[in-house]
Amino acid sequence: MADTILELKGLRKNFGALKATDDVSLTLKRGEIHALIGPNGAGKTTLMALVSGKLPPDAGQVLLEGRELTALSVARRAQAGLGRSFQVSSLVSEYSALRNVMLALQSRQGHSYRFLRPVMMDQALREGAREMLARVGLGARASVEAAVLSHGERRLLEIAVALALQPRCFLLDEPMAGLGSEGTKALVTFLQELKSEAPILLIEHDMDAVFRLADRISVLVYGRIIATGTAPEIRANPQVRAVYLGEETPA
Amino acid sequence: MDNQRKEWLLNAGVIIALFAVPLWALAVGEPFIITLATRIAILAIAAVGLNIALGLGGMVSFGHALYLGVGGYVAGIAAHHAFAGTTVMGLPGTNQMLPIWVIAMLLSGLVAGVVGALSLRTSGIFFIMITLAFAQMGFFFTLSWPAYGGEDGLPIFVRNQFPGLNTARPWDMFLLAYGVLVAALLVFAMLRAARFGAALMAIRQNPDRTAAVGISPFGIKLVAFVLSGMITGLAGAMMADLTRFVSPAMMAWTMSGELIVIIILGGVGRLFGPVVGAALLVGFEVFFGGLTEHWKLWLGLVLLAVVLFARGGLIGLIAGRERHG
Repeated sequence: MADTILELKGLRKNFGALKATDDVSLTLKRGEIHALIGPNGAGKTTLMALVSGKLPPDAGQVLLEGRELTALSVARRAQAGLGRSFQVSSLVSEYSALRNVMLALQSRQGHSYRFLRPVMMDQALREGAREMLARVGLGARASVEAAVLSHGERRLLEIAVALALQPRCFLLDEPMAGLGSEGTKALVTFLQELKSEAPILLIEHDMDAVFRLADRISVLVYGRIIATGTAPEIRANPQVRAVYLGEETPA
Repeated sequence: MDNQRKEWLLNAGVIIALFAVPLWALAVGEPFIITLATRIAILAIAAVGLNIALGLGGMVSFGHALYLGVGGYVAGIAAHHAFAGTTVMGLPGTNQMLPIWVIAMLLSGLVAGVVGALSLRTSGIFFIMITLAFAQMGFFFTLSWPAYGGEDGLPIFVRNQFPGLNTARPWDMFLLAYGVLVAALLVFAMLRAARFGAALMAIRQNPDRTAAVGISPFGIKLVAFVLSGMITGLAGAMMADLTRFVSPAMMAWTMSGELIVIIILGGVGRLFGPVVGAALLVGFEVFFGGLTEHWKLWLGLVLLAVVLFARGGLIGLIAGRERHG
């Protein structure tokens, strides 16, 4: 089982009578991109919240390399190696791109209870952060405030922050949202390289990107996973076609 | 001239003026002005404390008068027992400021730790109300504490001592307050620039993001809240010595409000916001208080104008928005 990095076991979450997450189990293996797709309201956001620790599950487990994370807070899970990006860019808006990445690096390197040394004079931290920004192509925008960056740049900064955490696996929540075709193409190439560093659990609306990128795809409908398989298997699955892909034939 | 440079020059001007004006007053023999400057400095120290919680951490504490009062009562009670030659909880009283300051800071830090641990799980209006509730508890507790004067308060007959200074002289008392203010500002600047400050300011802006990079907001905020309470508590001990009097009024909610007003007037989160704000408040009180009994009405209008048109306070008005590199 050494190849399984992230494992979800029987996760359940109800909001009243609504089964937002209904007995979800899936694995994320070393070196793969596992995409999670589903129509609006299928429970993708809830599932992401259960994995990242924002919501406690009613039942089930989240395991990272065999270690139980279920009882840990968001911050503890991030320390344990979950690197997430947000669906809607969530950055420290008054901080420059560089400082956003530095914040992640400072957390990665140790604790934040250091009171004496000015953080901006920490060359190792600055250099490390510059490297991450360069990797996503934001090197020239390091000193720009996050709030001033363009939408596409903020999406990339989200990735750079996740990279800085050097996580055991990535949770990327719709990283392509609103990127446009050029940006999406570039990001697809980037993620293909990234997965060899740490596997990626990808939630994505862009079907083209998903079918090009994902090694495996799970389809979530009404909180349940109705099918898991490779892109051709999912495309051929009649149940999936009926409930999700509908009349449209994905490219 | 860029904004950072403007702010730096403004800060230098303010800290020089705060020394030069009382020095001039000393030369021409105006002790009232020296004492006024001392009051500004001590109020500024209290507000520097609040500025850590409110300015850096975004924790709108509407109960910081509690720590001011805890510090004040430490000074008052210590002096009371030293004067009477009695003991308190088995310990003798003292008329030395240094041990009083240490105890005032430890005790107010402890109280802030308890209040913070119970209130920091909430946010927004709930946090404001819980901090207010704790301060009101302190207020009513001292009000009904006959051993130390109850609602009449507790006089300090002889100002507590500081090695090498004659604290009875206004100028010596001013030097003390000025020195502690400079130290408090250095601590604030250091905290803000360090990893701790980077985390704290990030939590203010986006707690979810900060947690997602592995920094737990609760712990950072609690430590900031305790440090904040300690500095305000120190100011309380000095305030009691300046006025040679402590009373429940020091813990009243209006005092908590005054500290917030100081920070808003000067500039929330700005290094010198508390100094500029305290100078404005005391200046306003003296200048308009001499003209009309209703000076607070005019203060209210100024505050309204600042909130509507100059969100960064006076420092923001002059030096523009702050940048975090």
